[in-house]
Amino acid sequence: MISADISTVLPEIVLAVYAMIALIAAVYTGKDKTAGLLVWVTAAVFVIVGLWVGTSGNGTQTAFGGAFVEDAFARFAKVVILLSAAAVLVMGQEFMAKRDLLRFEYPILVTLAAVGMMMMVSAGDLMALYMGLELQSLALYVVASLRRDSAKSTEAGLKYFVLGALSSGLLLYGASLTYGYAGTTLFSGIIEAATGEHGLSIGLLFGLVFMITGLAFKVSAVPFHMWTPDVYEGSPTPVTAFFATAPKMAAMGLFARLVHDAFGAATADWGQVIALLSVLSMFLGSVAAIGQRNIKRLMAYSSIAHMGFALMGLAAGTAGGVQAMLIYMTIYVAMNIGVFAFILSMERDGRPVTDIDALNMYSKSEPLKALAMLVLLFSLAGVPPLVGFFGKFYVLKAAVDAGMSWLAVAGVVASVIGAFYYLRVVFFMYFGEETDATLDRSSNVVLWGFLMLSAFVMVAGVVNLFGVEGLAAAAADTLVN
Amino acid sequence: MTSIILFAPLIGAILCGFGWKLIGETAAQWVATGLLFLACFLSWIVFLSFDGQTQHIPILEFIQSGSLSVDWAIRLDRLTAIMLIVVTTVSALVHLYSFGYMAHDPQWEEGEIYKPRFFAYLSFFTFAMLALVTSDNLVQMFFGWEGVGVASYLLIGFYWKKPSANAAAMKAFIVNRVGDFGFALGIFGLFYLTDSVVMDDVFAAAPALAETQLRFLWTDWNAANLLGFLLFVGAMGKSAQLFLHTWLPDAMEGPTPVSALIHAATMVTAGVFLVCRMSPLYEYAPEATAFITFLGAATAFFAATVGLVQNDIKRVIAYSTCSQLGYMFVAAGVGVYSAAMFHLFTHAFFKAMLFLGAGSVIHAMHHEQDMRNYGALRKKIPYTFWAMMIGTLAITGVGIPLTTIGFAGFLSKDAIIESAYAGTAGGFAFWALVIAALFTSFYSWRLMFLTFYGKARGDKHTHDHAHESPKVMLIPLGVLALGAVFSGMIWYGSFFGDHNQVNRFFGIPTHHAEATDHAAEEGHATEAAAADTHGAEGDHAATMAEADHGAEAEMQHGTAPVGAIFMHPDNHVMDEAHHAPKWVKVSPFIAMVIGLVFAYWFYIVNPALPKKLAENQRPLYLFLLNKWYFDEAYEFLFVRPAKFLGAFLWKRGDGNVIDGSINGIAMGIIPFFTRLAGRAQSGYLFHYAFAMVIGIAVLVTWMTISGGAE
Repeated sequence: MISADISTVLPEIVLAVYAMIALIAAVYTGKDKTAGLLVWVTAAVFVIVGLWVGTSGNGTQTAFGGAFVEDAFARFAKVVILLSAAAVLVMGQEFMAKRDLLRFEYPILVTLAAVGMMMMVSAGDLMALYMGLELQSLALYVVASLRRDSAKSTEAGLKYFVLGALSSGLLLYGASLTYGYAGTTLFSGIIEAATGEHGLSIGLLFGLVFMITGLAFKVSAVPFHMWTPDVYEGSPTPVTAFFATAPKMAAMGLFARLVHDAFGAATADWGQVIALLSVLSMFLGSVAAIGQRNIKRLMAYSSIAHMGFALMGLAAGTAGGVQAMLIYMTIYVAMNIGVFAFILSMERDGRPVTDIDALNMYSKSEPLKALAMLVLLFSLAGVPPLVGFFGKFYVLKAAVDAGMSWLAVAGVVASVIGAFYYLRVVFFMYFGEETDATLDRSSNVVLWGFLMLSAFVMVAGVVNLFGVEGLAAAAADTLVN
Repeated sequence: MTSIILFAPLIGAILCGFGWKLIGETAAQWVATGLLFLACFLSWIVFLSFDGQTQHIPILEFIQSGSLSVDWAIRLDRLTAIMLIVVTTVSALVHLYSFGYMAHDPQWEEGEIYKPRFFAYLSFFTFAMLALVTSDNLVQMFFGWEGVGVASYLLIGFYWKKPSANAAAMKAFIVNRVGDFGFALGIFGLFYLTDSVVMDDVFAAAPALAETQLRFLWTDWNAANLLGFLLFVGAMGKSAQLFLHTWLPDAMEGPTPVSALIHAATMVTAGVFLVCRMSPLYEYAPEATAFITFLGAATAFFAATVGLVQNDIKRVIAYSTCSQLGYMFVAAGVGVYSAAMFHLFTHAFFKAMLFLGAGSVIHAMHHEQDMRNYGALRKKIPYTFWAMMIGTLAITGVGIPLTTIGFAGFLSKDAIIESAYAGTAGGFAFWALVIAALFTSFYSWRLMFLTFYGKARGDKHTHDHAHESPKVMLIPLGVLALGAVFSGMIWYGSFFGDHNQVNRFFGIPTHHAEATDHAAEEGHATEAAAADTHGAEGDHAATMAEADHGAEAEMQHGTAPVGAIFMHPDNHVMDEAHHAPKWVKVSPFIAMVIGLVFAYWFYIVNPALPKKLAENQRPLYLFLLNKWYFDEAYEFLFVRPAKFLGAFLWKRGDGNVIDGSINGIAMGIIPFFTRLAGRAQSGYLFHYAFAMVIGIAVLVTWMTISGGAE
């Protein structure tokens, strides 16, 4: 059956092989000079593989004795991961080239991370889970400290690595406990052990909590979020943009897969843990972001709060909840691409600027970009009728339907608090004080295009969310049954 | 045709209100006026050619929600036809009159455009009033009801530069809210019990309603009586009956044509129309009608007493209106709806004319309204004088006793007084109305004598420049004068003639001949309905349906009564009124003569007498002058507590509690947590790791304690 297994994991294999070939080729040719080309080629490969994954497969296949699962849920997550990774790669290319940061390893590391992420969302076994997670994480530790001569960047990488190692340890500890009490590492075996006559044994429960902890670190849920602001700030902005998009989607996908495939019988148990993480994340993300003047740190807290909302969908423990989570994550990724396209274009005298004070009266100098940013920020805040509102609407509805009205109410309150810092940026752009230190007029067409596209999507998507709703529903149904 | 009548004023209002910049100020006014004359013309055709058969003319689907189904439809029957001509005629004439009256209004400075706005409001009012009178269901009627309320508010406050006008507009609106609340409750109650707001369904269910108990305000009530009362509360507000009358005198702050149209001829009679329209219900609500009779009589008396001492020419007429509305309610209350409509009809002519005449006087006297500054104007404005004279003859009821020859008011008012005598067996209502008739005569002649006779008082300059009004103002006066003289004599038979005549006019099938065996069946049917009510308690709808089935007998059960108004077979008040003793029929005439003699004595023979009398009877004089201190009592009872409550909720409730807590959270608590979160983000790796360890410790502990595992 090895050929069938191979064909199931073919997209991952193709990407892995591509990464290795590209590495060899770059080393033996122009090294960093090829980096620009490599970025574009990698992005193209991502898009092609993404389309391939999205259009080819149907139904559910398992490979390697159930360790690898290829189903609608995995496909949905993989498409989002690959397309967002491609977008972020392309967006950062000029920024990095200008600052002599564009190493040829960067696209290759991103490719390897992407392979890890695809592995994560397809995991059907604790070992596959860990393998995917570590492949992704190791690549991310390195790109975080890509700017080797910058103390901040190296600090970010190191912090990320140390804490990531701690979380990996917790996760592994949980995995071994689970294995010990279930007698198997396969999700399908664990769920059988968990649905026994005694329900979840205490060992499995501990294993579950430890693994949730490990994953909560990856999605930067409170109280395992502390690395996020520092790493977001310290990393080069394109890397930050990458952190804020694809890995979040992958970690969320893995989270959903673990709790549903392996512990689907104990919804009530993990539901309350995730609900707690959700509430803490939403509130801390919203409250702490208010104090931030650095837009990258602000976006870090923003992503913490958004993860809280996505977790709210997961906490519901229903197919509707998973659907809501997928919709939320897709919308979140789409919004973040636009916002980071804007942040990447913020420069003064050729140097990147991250202070939000620099946006004072931005609407005067570049009204169109300011308007697009306004749309995106409103969408992030969840102002109807923009698409961001519908993301929140779905998760709130899922929580209410699952009988967690208190969670939904908390989410609404948190989003009100969170609206403040988004709207403050809008306020600066439209009603701020006149300053003479204006931002440069950016001529980067790629960034401009992504910003406008993202803003357009936020407006036009209200019609039918581009069909994401139906796809997410199908994906959720394969996971929860 | 009725659709054109209904919508022509709306189109006029829109064209005039929004289009005047395109077509010009004068053209806009003519468009509105022209469309109203068209509506008026068509209305008369409808009225004269109407055969008494009720027609339903659907226009559009309005509301569909559950079992609530409201279509926009015109119900065309005799009541509607009467109201159509009343509304469109007076409105068209008032439009025309306004060309003259509003031409150079001192309220506005040179170059300020106000006339199109005024005409648009007038036309809009007319549309709303027509929507009210043509409505086929209660929701549509409520739309019209509120529409005229809005128009009234806008027009009372038309002189928005005057604070007193604004205050009066608000007062009218707020007082009407009280009445409308009752009206709305009545509609809700009817819908709750009959599951329909369509008039025919409601009428059909009326006999069953009389057998139904309804729980309201912790008490069981007879449904028909309670709903009749609630609807009447709405009528009280709109028609300025006692307790809810305070807005009407203040409404005189509006321009005089408005007073003539809205606060004399049309809107204020909407309450009377409502009671007549709901006659199938009121015939089964004896207590509610008794209350209507009592309150109508009390209003007639009260307003007449206040009218005796007022000095503002418009206020005198306003109280007169209030009093005459009381007459109409008495007639409706004792069950002679046709007499109520008759008085409504004639009153519209002569009261509109009195107002327009008063407007003409005010116009001549440069917007001086105090009668004490008038005098000897007879020669200066002769046409106005004669118009006012005809109006006064009509309102005081001059005619030849015991015949049907006389001015309009003579016939309709006598009809009401006779009905009141028959309906209350010579009780309070009858005597109140007769005394009110005396007072009416007195204050009407007082107005005439003070204005047109005696010596010129007040500012000499004003008197020297007093001039007759232009033709556009005199023509409406002439037309209305015709109505004031002849409308009573022409239509007396139709409204208050013998039974068959009235039935034919209102499209009621003749059933008087079979009244005896009918009554027997009636009793039988009632028994059946009562039995069913006991059988199916709680389920009102079922009760209603079964009651309808149980009473197979006659049209009163199961189907709505045919005809515009409904008089119960046991209701013989109208016939008894015709057979009232001679002294009863002569009494209003005698009262009128006494009033005239006293007025002549007080204001022509011995003009010093009123002042002396006022000094002798100072408390009584002040009591009347201050309108029985209603405003002061309301100020103390309602306005001040409401203002206090409002200020409390605003300053303490909203300002301190809500704003305070929101501001406190937003500016105090959230930033505190923000700082806290910022402090926690120390940058030290071990802090971060520590937080993670704490986190997992808490999670594991919680999961273990919360009983995830067994």
